[in-house]
Amino acid sequence: MALQRLVLRFPARLVDRPIISEAVRRFDLDFNILRANVTPREEGLLVLEISGSPEACSLGVRHLQTAGVSVEPMSGQMRRDDIRCTHCGACTGICPTHALAVDRATMMVTFDNDKCIACELCIPACPVRALQLHF
Amino acid sequence: MKTIQEINERISAGKAVVVTAEEIIDIVEAKGLDAAADEVDVVTTGTFGPMCSSGAYFNIGHSNPRIKLGGGTVLLNGIRAHAGLAAVDLYVGATAVPEDDPRNSTGPGSFSYGGGHLIHDLVAGSDVRLTAKAYGTDCYPRRELDAWINLSKINEAVLFNPRNAYQNYNCAVNLSDSVIHTYMGTLKPKLGNANYCSAGQLSPLLKDPFYKTIGLGTRIFLGGGEGYVVWHGTQHNPGVPRNENGVPRAPAGTLAVMGDLKQMKPEWLAGASFQGYGATLVVGLGIPIPILNAEICRYTAVRDDQITAPIVDYSQAYPNCKPGNLGEVTYKELKSGTITVSGKQVPTAPLSSYSKAREIANILKEWISDGRFLLGTPVTQLPAAESGYSFKPLDARQAREDK
Repeated sequence: MALQRLVLRFPARLVDRPIISEAVRRFDLDFNILRANVTPREEGLLVLEISGSPEACSLGVRHLQTAGVSVEPMSGQMRRDDIRCTHCGACTGICPTHALAVDRATMMVTFDNDKCIACELCIPACPVRALQLHF
Repeated sequence: MKTIQEINERISAGKAVVVTAEEIIDIVEAKGLDAAADEVDVVTTGTFGPMCSSGAYFNIGHSNPRIKLGGGTVLLNGIRAHAGLAAVDLYVGATAVPEDDPRNSTGPGSFSYGGGHLIHDLVAGSDVRLTAKAYGTDCYPRRELDAWINLSKINEAVLFNPRNAYQNYNCAVNLSDSVIHTYMGTLKPKLGNANYCSAGQLSPLLKDPFYKTIGLGTRIFLGGGEGYVVWHGTQHNPGVPRNENGVPRAPAGTLAVMGDLKQMKPEWLAGASFQGYGATLVVGLGIPIPILNAEICRYTAVRDDQITAPIVDYSQAYPNCKPGNLGEVTYKELKSGTITVSGKQVPTAPLSSYSKAREIANILKEWISDGRFLLGTPVTQLPAAESGYSFKPLDARQAREDK
């Protein structure tokens, strides 16, 4: 079993096609939508977790790319500016996945990229704006 | 029994025993109160949290020809400075924001830049743009000024904060059905989270609950430099209920502090933005407590599990000044990450950085141990618990009915 977190970008011409559904059915993939939105210019952004056999995952990704969807792995996208961060902990009450958490021994804020779903809730919750989303 | 003068002599000789407000807890537990009070000379405290009642005043020097900014309007990086002083004296408050920033008027405003950020930028050495309009006089003929200023080039630059270092604070929750944006951070509906803001067992006034050593003239760590306690802070409220250790069970004493901004460091004065609330300044502040006797030593050894904060609803109770609270919770519980409120498990998050508070207490310990920092002798005390001094609500005759 492979598990991948992907950031998919749909051009306007693909927004109304059921591309994910096609890929999921054809390659027997499980999927979990972490985040989705359509911008005013009708470009679609979808943050998706897919799981299945390693071959199925890569075939599914290829299917999406062939259809014209840009696919990038999600890891490393939310970044913390470690100079700016004061380790206050304000972000930890808002983070839904505990990717941002307080280490109780040091009382410093830890960031676990693997748990981050790039929901961006921490960005405005951080008083010193130390968290940024990088694409 | 020791005196501040005796302790200062030991500091100068490099012989003072200095420990942090965390370390004294274990020392008292291991050696007992009397032995600890004999051995330890100074306990250092620290706190690093958002403190809105902060600001700085400047004398920028005279332009040629002269301009009288007093009575005119002055912006620094778009932030309004108070110009109701003499010709080139200005005061900038931490919560000032640009008057026309669209990011603040849509949705919950973002308040990305304000007075706190401006003070941070000045301390970081950045050039700041000053734009001013004045009415012009015979002796100050100039009417407009648009210039870059830099902290290193202006005359005085003094951080002067009317209220810092709150002795204890509320733990904020939201009982309503929708998200609220407060100065205690974003609060999720129906007790979705609980935010608190105190360094607890490291916090200066919680370690000297009756202000027996901290008074006017106490020398402190302020923003990475040296500063002083210059008055009791605004809203100083020493008469609140206290527990058996003398620790206030609600927000109580406060301090007015000042210090030379030019000595300070950007990492200890951070501009901060509270979504939907405003801009502010995160201030690093640490106070040394001289261990003059066993009683003072006992106060400094109070632990997080002996300090409680009231749990306050910020959706209804706080905005409408409704008395009472949803119970009390210890800082040990708050720091564990979960508390129980009305039978519900609620995740907690701090707004005051405990790790930075610890760093400040350690820096101050190092300064004193090295003989670089002597204790100030207070010239007078803060209004005490039994003084009757209290924090009153607004008592004003309403000029017009509320709409």
